[in-house]
Amino acid sequence: MTHKSLLTADVRTKKRNAAEARFKAYGLGAIVVAMLALALLLTSVVSTGSSAFKQTYATISVPLTEAKLDKSGTRDLAVMKKVTTIGYTRLLRDGIVTAVEELGLETTLSAKDIGKMLSKEAAATVRNRVLANPEIVGTSVEFKLLTNGRIDGYFKGRVTMESAALDGNTSPEELQLAQQLADAGVFVTTFNWAFLTAPDASDQRPEAAGLGVAILGSLYMMIVVLVLALPIGVAASIYLEEFAPKNRWTDVIEVNISNLAAVPSIVYGILGLAIFINFMKFNQSSPMVGGLVLTLMTLPTIIISTRAALKSVPPSIRDAALGVGASKMQSVFHHVLPLAAPGILTGTIIGLAQALGETAPLLLIGMVAFVREYPAAYSADAGLFGEASTALPVQVFNWTQRADPGFVERASGAIITLLIFLLIMNAIAIFLRRKFERRW
Amino acid sequence: MSVSLILALGLGVLGYVIAPRRAVAAAGGDARKLAALPRQYGLNTLLAVLVPSFAILIAGSLAGAGLYLGWAILIVAFIGFAGSLFNITPDYRARTHAESWIKLILIAASVIAILTTVGIVFSMVFEARNFFSQYDWKDFFLSAEWSPNFRGNSSLGILPLLWGTLYISFIALIFAVPIGLFAAIYLSEYSSRRMRSIAKPAIEILAGIPTIVYGLFALVTVGPFLRDYFAAPMGFGDSASSVMTAGLVMGVMLIPFVSSLSDDIINAVPQTMRDGSLGLGATKSETIRQVVIPAALPGIVGAILLAASRAIGETMIVVLGAGAAARLSLNPFEAMTTVTVKIVSQLTGDTDFASPETLVAFALGMTLFVITLCLNVLALMIVRKYREQYE
Repeated sequence: MTHKSLLTADVRTKKRNAAEARFKAYGLGAIVVAMLALALLLTSVVSTGSSAFKQTYATISVPLTEAKLDKSGTRDLAVMKKVTTIGYTRLLRDGIVTAVEELGLETTLSAKDIGKMLSKEAAATVRNRVLANPEIVGTSVEFKLLTNGRIDGYFKGRVTMESAALDGNTSPEELQLAQQLADAGVFVTTFNWAFLTAPDASDQRPEAAGLGVAILGSLYMMIVVLVLALPIGVAASIYLEEFAPKNRWTDVIEVNISNLAAVPSIVYGILGLAIFINFMKFNQSSPMVGGLVLTLMTLPTIIISTRAALKSVPPSIRDAALGVGASKMQSVFHHVLPLAAPGILTGTIIGLAQALGETAPLLLIGMVAFVREYPAAYSADAGLFGEASTALPVQVFNWTQRADPGFVERASGAIITLLIFLLIMNAIAIFLRRKFERRW
Repeated sequence: MSVSLILALGLGVLGYVIAPRRAVAAAGGDARKLAALPRQYGLNTLLAVLVPSFAILIAGSLAGAGLYLGWAILIVAFIGFAGSLFNITPDYRARTHAESWIKLILIAASVIAILTTVGIVFSMVFEARNFFSQYDWKDFFLSAEWSPNFRGNSSLGILPLLWGTLYISFIALIFAVPIGLFAAIYLSEYSSRRMRSIAKPAIEILAGIPTIVYGLFALVTVGPFLRDYFAAPMGFGDSASSVMTAGLVMGVMLIPFVSSLSDDIINAVPQTMRDGSLGLGATKSETIRQVVIPAALPGIVGAILLAASRAIGETMIVVLGAGAAARLSLNPFEAMTTVTVKIVSQLTGDTDFASPETLVAFALGMTLFVITLCLNVLALMIVRKYREQYE
C-alpha cells in the first residue's frame, strides 16, 4: 500500500469535495431563483402598470352652441338635461376638427374619425360642466379632455402603427394625426391624478377608469378592521397569555386559533355571505360586511403576534408590580401592556396589510359590483359604512375580466398603488420595531 | 335601538361620575376609609352598565330580535346602574368587582375565535344540507362530470375540480419544495450573516405580496410566455391559462412558506449533533444530508403539509391563471379548474339561494374546509411534537 501525502487529495476526497461544492451551489441556486422570481414579478407589474399614472389629454376649445344645447334659450336645467351626451359628442367633434384645421394639418380622416379620437367620457365631462354652470352656453370654452384609450395607449407605447393597422377601433392615420396634434401641443401627456381619484368606468372607456371608489372602500374596511380587530385581538391575547388556566378549554381555543390562521381565505367569504348577508341582512357589497369578514380573518394574526409580544415581557416586571401590591389586572394593564405595545402595533399593521391585499372573500360578498358613486361613510338608509363599494384588490380583479387591453394597464397600475400602500405599512411596522424594540 | 344604546352609554358615564361621590359620602367624607380608590367605584358602575348592555345587544342582533332589543338594553343598563350604586358601602371591594367585569370582557374576546369556527361550520353545513336535499351526494362526490346549467338538470360532480386542484397544487409543490428547502439550508448552514440579513427578508417579501398580484402576473406574463415558448411549439395546446401557469406562479408564492418554516426547524436542530458529525470527518453537506435533515424531517414534512393546505385553498392565482373549464386531463398545458374557482364563479353574479347550482358552492366550500383542516391539524401536530423533542 502506497502512502500518499495528506496534502494531495485522493479520488474519493475529490469526489466528496465536489459533492460538497455541488450541494452548496444548489442552495445558492435556490436563492437566486427565488430572487429572480421576485424581480420578474415586480418588473412585470411595474412595466405594464407604470403607464397608468400618465394620461393623454386634449386641450381644445369647444363651441357650446346655444341652438344645440338650449333651444329654448331659458337656461332651464330641466330642459337642458334632455340633451344627452350624444348631442355633446357632435360639438366636441366640431371643436377638434376646427383645431385640426386651424393648425393646417393634412389628414385623410373623416370628421367622424377625428371626433372618435376623444374619449367617450369627454362628452360627459363637458355636459357636467355645462349643467353645473349653464351661463357658459353660447360661448366657446377651452376644455382639457380625455383622449380615446387607443390614442392614449399610442403615447405610452402600448399601441403601435402595426397593431393599429389590425385594430378595428383605430387606424395608423389616426395615430399620425395624434402625433401631429401632440407636436402642436394640443395633445399633452401628464401625470394622471384622475387614476387615483376617479370612479370606475364602463367597458369601452378604460382611459376614464380610476381607483377613487376602490381606495375609499378599502379605507373604510381598514377602519372597521382596525377598530374591531385590535381591541378584540389584544383582549383575547391578554386573557390567553395572562389569565387563562391551563386546561382543556383553553387548549381548544389555542388549537382553534392556529387553525383559523390557516383556513383558506375564501372560506371566510362563504362565512360572510351566509352569516352577515343572508342571515343578519347586512347590505351586500358594503364596506361594513367586508370589514367584518376581514376582521375575523386578521384576528388570528393579531392574536398570535400580540401573544408573542406579551410573552417577551419578562416575568420580573409582573413580579415587581405584584410585589408592590398591584392586582394581576393592574400589573397587566399598567406595566405589561405598555411594554408590549410596540410589538402589538407591529403585528397589527402587518395584519392590516394582509387584510388590505385580500381579494377572494370580498368577491363572494359582492364587492365586485360596478360602483360609480363614491360611498358615504354614513347614510340614513344604509347605516354606517353600508353603501355599495369596491376595494383595491377586487378592482384589480374586476379590470382583468374586461375585454379592452387598456384595462390590463389599469389593473397593473392599481397593483402598483396597492403595493405602495403595503410598502408604506410594512415600512412603518419595521420602523416601529427598530425604534421601540427592547431586548431584556 | 341606537337611541337606547346612547342612553345606556350616558347612564354609564353618569354612573362613572356619581359612584365615586356616593362612595366618599358613604364613608363619611373620608376616602381613606373605603375598601378601594373612589374611581374604582366609578369604573365598576360604568362596566356594570356597559358590559351587560353590549352583551344583550350582540346576543339580540345575532338572534334577530329587533323590536324589543332597545327596551331590553335599557332595562339591563338600568339594573346595572341601580344595582352597582345600591351596593356601594365603605367595605365594598369595588376594584375586585370591576376587575371581574374586565375579565369577562377578555374571556368574551377569546371566545370570538371559537364563534368564528362555529360560524364557518354552521354556515356551510346548513346550506350544504340544503344542497344535498336537492342533489344526490353520490353524484356530487363520485361523478366525473361538471356542467352546471342555470336552467336546471346540471351535472355537479366534484371529481374534475378536485383533480384540477390537486394537479395544480402538486406542480406548485414540486417547484416550491426543493427551492424553499435548499434556500433554507443555504441560509441557515452556509450563508454569511450579511447575506442572510439581505436574502431572508427578500424571500419573505414574496409572502407579503397579495395573491391578486400573483394572479395578474400569471395572467399577463407567465401564461402567454408558457403558451408561446412551450405549449404551442411543442404541440400541447394554445391556452394561456393552464395548470402549468397556475402551478408555477403558486410555486413562487409558496417558496417563502417552505423556506421560513424549514429555516426555523433546521435552526432548532441542536448544534451538538452537527459537531458530532463534523468531528467524525463528514463534510458539511454530508452532515446536512445525513444528520440535520433526518433530524428535522418531521418538521419539514409539517411545513410541506402547511404549504399544501395553502395551495389547495388558494383562490386568486387559479381564478386568473388556471382557467374555468372542468376537465380531467393529464396535459399540464391545458386549462383546468379548481374547487375554489368554482366557489367564486357559482357565488358571484346573479345567485339564487334555492337552486342547486348556487348551493353547490357551499358543498364545495365544506369539502375544501375539511381537506385543509385535516392537513392543518396534521401539520400542526407534527410540528408541535417535533418542537418538544429538542426542548
